[in-house]
Amino acid sequence: MLDLLAQTGLNAVYAASYISLVAVGLVLIFGVMGVINFAHGELFMAGAYAIVALYAGLNVPFFLAVAVGLLFVGCLGLLMERALFRPLKDNPLGGLVASIGFLMILQALAVMGFGVRMVHIPPVTQEVIAFSDKVRLPVARLYVIIAAIVLLSALWYFLKRTRFGWALRASAQDPEAAALQGISITQTARIAMFIGAGLAGIAGALTAPLVSVNPHMGHSVIVTAFIVIIVGGVGSLEGAIVASVAYALVHTFVTTFWDGVLADIVGLSLMLVVLIVKPTGLFGSADRA
Amino acid sequence: MPKFLIWVAVLAALIALPHGLSFSQQEILVFLTINVLLVASYRLLTLTGEWSLAHVVIMGVGAYSSALLTKKLGVYVPVSMLLGGVVAALIAVLLSFPLFRMKGFYFLIGSFAAGEIIRLLWKRFRDPFGGAKGIKGIDPMPDFSIGFYQFDFFEPTSYYYFAGVIVAFCLWILWRIEKSPVGLTFHAVHWQDKLAQASGVNVRAYRTLAFAIASGFAGISGALLAHYVGTINPNAFDIDLMVFVLTWAIVGGTATFYGPILGCVVLTVLNEIVLRELGLEQMRPLVYGAIMILSILFLPNGLESIVQKLTKRRAAKSAPERSPAE
Repeated sequence: MLDLLAQTGLNAVYAASYISLVAVGLVLIFGVMGVINFAHGELFMAGAYAIVALYAGLNVPFFLAVAVGLLFVGCLGLLMERALFRPLKDNPLGGLVASIGFLMILQALAVMGFGVRMVHIPPVTQEVIAFSDKVRLPVARLYVIIAAIVLLSALWYFLKRTRFGWALRASAQDPEAAALQGISITQTARIAMFIGAGLAGIAGALTAPLVSVNPHMGHSVIVTAFIVIIVGGVGSLEGAIVASVAYALVHTFVTTFWDGVLADIVGLSLMLVVLIVKPTGLFGSADRA
Repeated sequence: MPKFLIWVAVLAALIALPHGLSFSQQEILVFLTINVLLVASYRLLTLTGEWSLAHVVIMGVGAYSSALLTKKLGVYVPVSMLLGGVVAALIAVLLSFPLFRMKGFYFLIGSFAAGEIIRLLWKRFRDPFGGAKGIKGIDPMPDFSIGFYQFDFFEPTSYYYFAGVIVAFCLWILWRIEKSPVGLTFHAVHWQDKLAQASGVNVRAYRTLAFAIASGFAGISGALLAHYVGTINPNAFDIDLMVFVLTWAIVGGTATFYGPILGCVVLTVLNEIVLRELGLEQMRPLVYGAIMILSILFLPNGLESIVQKLTKRRAAKSAPERSPAE
């Protein structure tokens, strides 16, 4: 029993890692651009297909492929910023629809390029860290956990300790005042979009060998990310991380001890309860709603 | 008089329409008719300024209720359809208690969560909802005759006429509601909620009323769907269809009554008929997505703004002609 608890705990840490990478990117984009990026799950999917094309297709070394995937998805983010979100700056519903359109295009491209069926990716490493007979952590999952810790710490440092990060937070807080202080809103939007998309891309790339890669894999990812950013409070990076961990724990445990559908129901109910008790999320403030 | 003639011509065209189409296109026409009611009821909800993501699940509530009422209790089909709408409205009233504590983005996501919970409950509980496979063998609408026309509901054309009459009637009611003092209050709740509240309008009650009415009609559209296809499952009412409803409304424009309907018709015809005929089967979502992006970039006020421009230009043209006579 203790083994099962420990193993489920490890699984939850892994789930929390990739969920928080996706959710933090989504929060960053919403904070700076004020737009809900519905295509965020598909950016995750694009990252996974970068691995399919480069690592499984062209035999590029795995970590090089991950780096290229990160850059590629980051550039997709820049494209979205320039082509969709900047022209639709004053039209939040428009940004929503445009991102849905972009999502459909990315899905169709994945279907056309790689087929509808899931793709098999050769495992990166078969190594497993065994804590005991029944408590094991595959090293491939450890990569995801390490990436989440390193990248999110780096992001935290970037946001709180550098001038760029300071400008970014300023324009998230009050775009007009930030612009009056000489901060280029376009520039900060570009940076936020690149980082946000890149984080989703790297999460997709690193988890690609561990999950079934298919054109519609972004769907469950975006639903989870929405739950997490709502529970954490939209616009709060710390909240998104805390909520990722909490959601992953609850979801993994309910899945292990009961079943997956019930876990989804519990997760959604939890979010509804948070919204009823505190309609701005655990860490949110009212002004961004 | 010419306005009356236009309506007669439209009616005649709608009656003649299915006879020029292939069988599969006739089926699409039936779905389109049902979706017109869905998107028109959605507009009533957006009048109060809230964008719900639960609307398609509410439609599913109507479908499941009507299907279960006929299957388990043997309720006569047209009656069960009406009851399906009533159940959907009641569920909406229940949902309004938690949901209307939220606004804006939070309401959007909160409504999504509430809808998804309902949908997952259908999936989880095999009794009575049938689990992931849903409900099969739903009683079809019984055939009947109105003298000069024999309704045979295995024919899409017959069901198109039947659904068309019901949808037209529902649209008329929706239109009357919008033009009534209640409908004007909905507008006020959206654009001037503080002022409305200060003038003694119970904002919360009106938001709930709009939500319940919109949900009732969505439920009827769901029941129409259930008794046509004969089988429903949780995945038929998932977020994909909701995204379509949302884009129909936004691409069509929500400032007028006909905007969302226009969006629904144009995008459906484009997606299901034009792109299919062009043989772009695999590229369909790609082209559809591109059209969505282009229309939101270049037509931010929706397709209805084109219509408004055209009618305005015609009015402007006819005005100087009339002026010398005056």
